[in-house]
Amino acid sequence: MAKLKNQIIEALNLKHLKPEDIGDDQPLFVEGLGLDSIDALELIVLLQQQYNIKLSNPQDGPKIFKSVKSIAEFIQKQHGA
Amino acid sequence: MKDRVHVAGLGVISAIGNSVESTLDALRTSTSGIGPLTLFDSVHQGVLPVGEVKMSNSVLADILSLPSHLTRTAMLGIHAAREAVVNSGIDIKSWRTGLISATTVGGMDKTEFFFEKFLKDQKKGQLRNVVNHGCGRSTELIAGDLGINKYISTINTACSSSANAIALAVRMITAGLLDVVVAGGTDSLTKFTLNGFNSLMILDAQPCRPFDSHRNGLNLGEGAGFVVLVSEKVKKAEGMNPTSYISGYANTSDAFHQTASSPEGRGSFSAMQKALTMSGLDLEDIDYINLHGTGTANNDLSEGTAITRLFGDRYPKLSSTKAFTGHTLGASGGIEAVFSLLAIDQQCVFPNLRFETPIPEVGITPQLSFETGLAVNHVMSNSFGFGGNCSSIIFSKEQR
Amino acid sequence: MTVYIHGMGAVSPQQIWNEEGHLSSPNDYSGVRLSCIEPDYAQYIDPKFLRRMSRILKMGVAASAMALHEAGVKIPDGIVTGTGYGCLEDTESFLRKMIELREQALNPTPFIQSTHNTIGSQIALLLTCQGYNQTYTHEGFSFESALLDAMMALKENPDQIFLTGGIDEITDTSHKIQERFGIFRKTFASSLDLFNPSLKGTVHGEGAFYFALSGKKGKETYASIDSMTTFFNPTDEQLITGIREFIQSASLSLEDIDLVLIGKCGDADLDQATEDISKQSFGSVPIGLFKHLSGEYPTTSGFALWLGARIIQAQQIPPTVLSKSICPLRNVLIYNPYFRYYHSLILLQSC
Repeated sequence: MAKLKNQIIEALNLKHLKPEDIGDDQPLFVEGLGLDSIDALELIVLLQQQYNIKLSNPQDGPKIFKSVKSIAEFIQKQHGA
Repeated sequence: MKDRVHVAGLGVISAIGNSVESTLDALRTSTSGIGPLTLFDSVHQGVLPVGEVKMSNSVLADILSLPSHLTRTAMLGIHAAREAVVNSGIDIKSWRTGLISATTVGGMDKTEFFFEKFLKDQKKGQLRNVVNHGCGRSTELIAGDLGINKYISTINTACSSSANAIALAVRMITAGLLDVVVAGGTDSLTKFTLNGFNSLMILDAQPCRPFDSHRNGLNLGEGAGFVVLVSEKVKKAEGMNPTSYISGYANTSDAFHQTASSPEGRGSFSAMQKALTMSGLDLEDIDYINLHGTGTANNDLSEGTAITRLFGDRYPKLSSTKAFTGHTLGASGGIEAVFSLLAIDQQCVFPNLRFETPIPEVGITPQLSFETGLAVNHVMSNSFGFGGNCSSIIFSKEQR
Repeated sequence: MTVYIHGMGAVSPQQIWNEEGHLSSPNDYSGVRLSCIEPDYAQYIDPKFLRRMSRILKMGVAASAMALHEAGVKIPDGIVTGTGYGCLEDTESFLRKMIELREQALNPTPFIQSTHNTIGSQIALLLTCQGYNQTYTHEGFSFESALLDAMMALKENPDQIFLTGGIDEITDTSHKIQERFGIFRKTFASSLDLFNPSLKGTVHGEGAFYFALSGKKGKETYASIDSMTTFFNPTDEQLITGIREFIQSASLSLEDIDLVLIGKCGDADLDQATEDISKQSFGSVPIGLFKHLSGEYPTTSGFALWLGARIIQAQQIPPTVLSKSICPLRNVLIYNPYFRYYHSLILLQSC
């Protein structure tokens, strides 16, 4: 989880945050961290670059990127299945 | 009451034709120019359809009698600008003539080629491939070709660039600073923009479907479109009988997000409304809207929303011609200005290709076929760019 | 088309944004790149937006904020920007990745921020300014085009406030490429000695300047821009005639001009040509220089305009510009040539 948080901080340039500042279940978009549609695209690139997962439909983004936990679960599912 | 600014000449080149005449033929016969990518090697070849001008750089250079190392953007611009000037029948050198052009990629088609070599070794790469990189350089090459040097400038406001160039031309003529202005824009297809838009995940792997409920993104295109604008004084002195003039224009900012338009389309609404106010026309006077209509989920919803907010369900005939040409970025305002003027000239409206189902939230059904024998007196052309730059121009028929 | 300067903001190789002295201790550079002294951007920009912004965006937003602050304006009616090179850092970043990663898995952010109009749109976004927004990118006339636009707009609507700017950045890549064109000095010891003497090559500069302009004078307005013109690739004769006619059209004679700020750039050949024109055009009018402070880049007229306005405000010329005391300073003319092809004139007046 911490590794993923670090990757998110790096990818989205959230330099003012540390992994411990981001809750596992904290909403990432709109409220919480207040990320936007460009960040969603950057997270899609992160999945591809770091985890070799290709998300062809950006509409799936909101569900997967709800929180760090939901991203981690998605990655696990893609790799485990 | 300000003197009118008249349209004296048109010039255009795009995926559907290399001239005004061939372009009109394609529009008439619903012949789209979207097809496979052939201009450069890319992993997206065979995957992403594009709207290419059907001429290689060497053919273009040959036709124009220009050195083949010039940027494609400059050559497309010269091609269309020359046509516009010839079409106007004016000796532009005998007036205070300016050139206001627009481009988003500039010489990037050559720069990206240079950069591949430069990245490996900073001493490599031919400098002549990067000397015309700047947006202004494309304009200067066009100006040099036409012999214009009184006033030259270049606008880059992303996809609304050449619409803004045309509006600025009107302002400069109205202010008495220039008599004649060649205004418009040019952009060529580049690996840079293709990959850029791909990274935004807004490219359709199929030919685009503007304003359709199942639209899936845009297709990139390329081309150039220029108009020659003249003052009332020039019109009289040259004994001209122009068909159209520019009755209104507006430039506003959506100020919502760098790439997405506001859901209520506030920037586009404001641009259309201000252009209308300037023209002195009523809503029902607009006979046709040439939409920005890129085919992306966001633009078409936002633009559609703005149109229904402005016109209610009594919107005029409207269509996006990007289903023909692809999205020609900085050139789109200029190319679509030419299309709008052709609509007035030919008293016709153009179809919105590949449309099946209206966007549910908006309920707009665009023009589905090429239709002639209409009264087309006032045409509105929309161009909305990244960064929220929204522009709208209204072209009007001269009444005899 | 007179417009009044209500506020100015700048990020430059000189300590301008927090200047106490009137360029009394100018920065001296020993390298051929004069890079900006940057403020703490967190003062001007919310960290939420700051994280994504490239350097040139931060420079532009900060300079615009300073100008609006001085003018006491929250939201201008229009924002017009001139940039010769645009957003280089992001353009290069995306291009590099595109090549290195062979067009796969590319980050969208640099592409989004690579378009020239990003600076003006970012300012509008942060201010929620829904008014007129335009970006000019035409080599050495980028800022002049923006200024002309603002002047035309304010003539139509004098009560409005137009934020008008000129901005360009240096990147390692852009410097390297331009170096290959042979336009910079090969060796260099001191930017302040740029003209002692002029040798082959100039120095690379960068800067962000924004001006809050209005068609109406404010209570504390100290300077106005009376007129502006440009000449593209003129012959010497056309230039000399043009300069004379420009001064005449402002209902002035040469004797009325108190100071000319001339954009000599330190390159021997270019400066010789500039001196020849100056001798024939300006007679014995005192001449001040500024590119040893700004470096050379397409939008240096922004620096010159800032300098001219501050000189009028202080009624004093910084010694590094001209070691001479002139009183009063009412009419300051800027003549800025850029690499032979681009020549601009801006006339500033005290009010």
